Amino acid sequence: MSKVTDNSSISTSLLAPVYIVPIKQHIGEVCTPIVSVGEQVFRGQKIAKSQGYVSVPVHAPTSGKVVKIEEHAIPHPSGMGLPSIFIEPDGNDTRDESLKPISDYREKDPAELRERVRICGVAGLGGAVFPTFIKLLKDQRNPIETVILNGIECEPYLTNDHRLMIEKSKQIVTGLDIIMHMVGAKKAIVAIEDNKPDAAEALRKAVESQPEMKHVEVHLLPTRYPQGSEKQLIQVLTGKEIPAGKLPMHIGVLCQNVGTTWAIFDAVVRGNALTERFVTVSGDAVPRPGVMRVRLGTPMRFVYAQHGLDHFENIHLLHGGPMMGERLKGPDVPVVKSTNGLLAMHSDTMMKAHKVEQPCIRCGHCGVACPINLVPNLLADQCRSDLFEKAESYNLFDCIECGACSYVCPSNIPLVHYFRYGKGQLAQISRAKGFADASKERSEARDIRIEREKAERAAKRKQVRAAHKPKPSDEMKTEAIKTDEKAGEEKPTDEKPESKGSES
Amino acid sequence: MIINLSSPHIHGGDSVRMTMISVILALMPAGIVSVYLFGWLAFMLITLCMVTCVATEFIVLRMMGRPATPIGDGSAALTGLLLALTLPAYIPWWMVLLGSIIAIILGKQLYGGLGYNLFNPALAARVILLISFPLNMTAWIVPMHVGAPIIDLYNFNDCFNLFLFGPEAVARTLDAITMASPLGHIKTEWSQGIGVTEALRNYDYSYLDAFLGLEAGSIGETSAIALLIGGIYLLARHTISWHIPFTYLATVMVLAAIFNMIDPAHYAPPLFHLLAGGLILCAFFMATDPVSSPVTAKGRIVFGIGCGILTWSIRTYGGYPEGAMFAVILMNCAVPIIDHYCRPRVYGR
Repeated sequence: MSKVTDNSSISTSLLAPVYIVPIKQHIGEVCTPIVSVGEQVFRGQKIAKSQGYVSVPVHAPTSGKVVKIEEHAIPHPSGMGLPSIFIEPDGNDTRDESLKPISDYREKDPAELRERVRICGVAGLGGAVFPTFIKLLKDQRNPIETVILNGIECEPYLTNDHRLMIEKSKQIVTGLDIIMHMVGAKKAIVAIEDNKPDAAEALRKAVESQPEMKHVEVHLLPTRYPQGSEKQLIQVLTGKEIPAGKLPMHIGVLCQNVGTTWAIFDAVVRGNALTERFVTVSGDAVPRPGVMRVRLGTPMRFVYAQHGLDHFENIHLLHGGPMMGERLKGPDVPVVKSTNGLLAMHSDTMMKAHKVEQPCIRCGHCGVACPINLVPNLLADQCRSDLFEKAESYNLFDCIECGACSYVCPSNIPLVHYFRYGKGQLAQISRAKGFADASKERSEARDIRIEREKAERAAKRKQVRAAHKPKPSDEMKTEAIKTDEKAGEEKPTDEKPESKGSES
Repeated sequence: MIINLSSPHIHGGDSVRMTMISVILALMPAGIVSVYLFGWLAFMLITLCMVTCVATEFIVLRMMGRPATPIGDGSAALTGLLLALTLPAYIPWWMVLLGSIIAIILGKQLYGGLGYNLFNPALAARVILLISFPLNMTAWIVPMHVGAPIIDLYNFNDCFNLFLFGPEAVARTLDAITMASPLGHIKTEWSQGIGVTEALRNYDYSYLDAFLGLEAGSIGETSAIALLIGGIYLLARHTISWHIPFTYLATVMVLAAIFNMIDPAHYAPPLFHLLAGGLILCAFFMATDPVSSPVTAKGRIVFGIGCGILTWSIRTYGGYPEGAMFAVILMNCAVPIIDHYCRPRVYGR
């Protein structure tokens, strides 16, 4: 019922009147703009350069003029903003030709291809937007044996990966081949859920049409949320778990989403930087739902309008799927690399899922639903009672926030909300502890310094005294000096006022 | 409030009310059998328990100045029904009233209401009644269809008089209209030096009767088949998991089998244990009460085994003939610590 868009083919968005390109669209460090207002840019031209390792550059979605660079709201529930580059299209959509297509990728050095993927700005398009080139490392210590092509489609309502697999199956398979070449993997598994037999068929055909890809298997898995999550998918396919704190590569596996794989193909074979993505526009408030090919930076209002949605009263907008997506404050935010879905739901539909919380009856359904075996109801109790350290010892930070527990809860407890609260509070506690430790260190260093200075002063005084020995007749004076000397040696606290004075 | 909606934004549609209603539905076969066996007495008992429980919950919530919305979740009605099914067909009406009030106030609301009670409220009330009024609570009315009826339980007037004014009102003594339950019988006989096998023979015990429910006992506990139908419905609906009922019953059976093999004269056979007393009701409906049982699968297995050992031990060595409710109540105390130590291994750790 929710997947209403799985049979309609992908449409392409019209050219928007303005593009708003936030300078950070991935997980990692923020980029710096390298264009100035008034400058002409071309499609695919780098307009913000990456800083640091975990970062990828940002590119112009079309040709046109940079009209302003200022802070603008990004898709985030808080409505927070980021510096964004506004581009007014000239309508020609002229491409930046600096990157040459690479058709003989098998002959190329994996490092060169990896650099290509990086400078094209590819990040995980499943929604996590982790810079892709980092995962595509051919590492002797952690050789990749199996590449998993993730065609699970992480959430209800979303069908962008589904449509992509049907309509771009050959390109995706080529992308997979590129990935296998880059990491030196011998084997690949294409994982698709059994509610998408047409996609599996399309990919199977595409694999069979390329004789050199005989080590690629297409697996049809039973439909089960949250199987699209990397950890769960790897567990289902290989039976192996990723040890806590490790990455898939540590068990010889690399997992790539089909959308990302297509982007890798586009970057390598065609020399296109990542300037567009496939977005599911759906939800019960959207008159004409469908999957759309949208340039990054397109205002969401413009995307919704093309699907017949113009009025946003009593409508909730979601960025992403219904299980993990974030609620948006309004439609005036741009499409970014993580935008896999744009949902619009009527308020009463939404309120059905957000009923008043009732007491936990400890039925344990949440624990059965949890893909990583937490005991969500106990964790929620701890977070609610501010027992954050206890919650941490119950592995709160292992929660992937998939929402399965909240979904099944008969008492409508927003469990994931409590977990986010608990994680936030723990982060704050550890920050505060960091501050406290630092100031403790500072204060200890100060005490040591004061001691040292005191000792130095005392030594100096001794020297001076030795130089000006008092006359033996002046008894009173000698007595006084003796006491002073004693005090200087044995009771350092007496000198406190003096040291304080010297410090200020 | 709309501003801070956090994901997920869809919900499976399960609710506390549906959970409670499904358990009430699952108890319907047992309820119907109880009325078939104990006529108007069972009907009046069930009605009084359920009405009193709901009314008490309503009044208590009002007294505490809390909204009375939890009434709608059906948990009080369920507590009333469960309590009624564990009572003998005849106990004075005021005991029924007292038990229901105890169940809601002492068993539930004093702990903070639904979800916070340490003990199963119905069982807690049942245990308090048993300890307070041992005579009435172990006097089992002879059911219909078991031998010749002493009083006609399908006669409304007789039942009403008995229920309100006691056995004297129908010109009987309590002893005349009651009989021993199989568990009580073997306990008494053993104390007089008569072995289990002999005791069952002179009781005219039949496994088939016990399976169908044609024997003395609490109104809802006698019929194994009716309870099993309800239990299977709950399992199929995933309202309860198999862990507690299975391990509970299996533990009792295994212990009974081992000791029965060692000394059949002293230790009752496993099938007798399974069908006797409140074991099946406790295993499927009391021990599985989500609030007062562990949340994890491992914990539920430990809980079920614990209940089984205690039930068999109390029945065999204890002063009371039946131990199932004591076993569950005792294991309820251990739930927090079971939950702590029986957490599943977290992914990747």
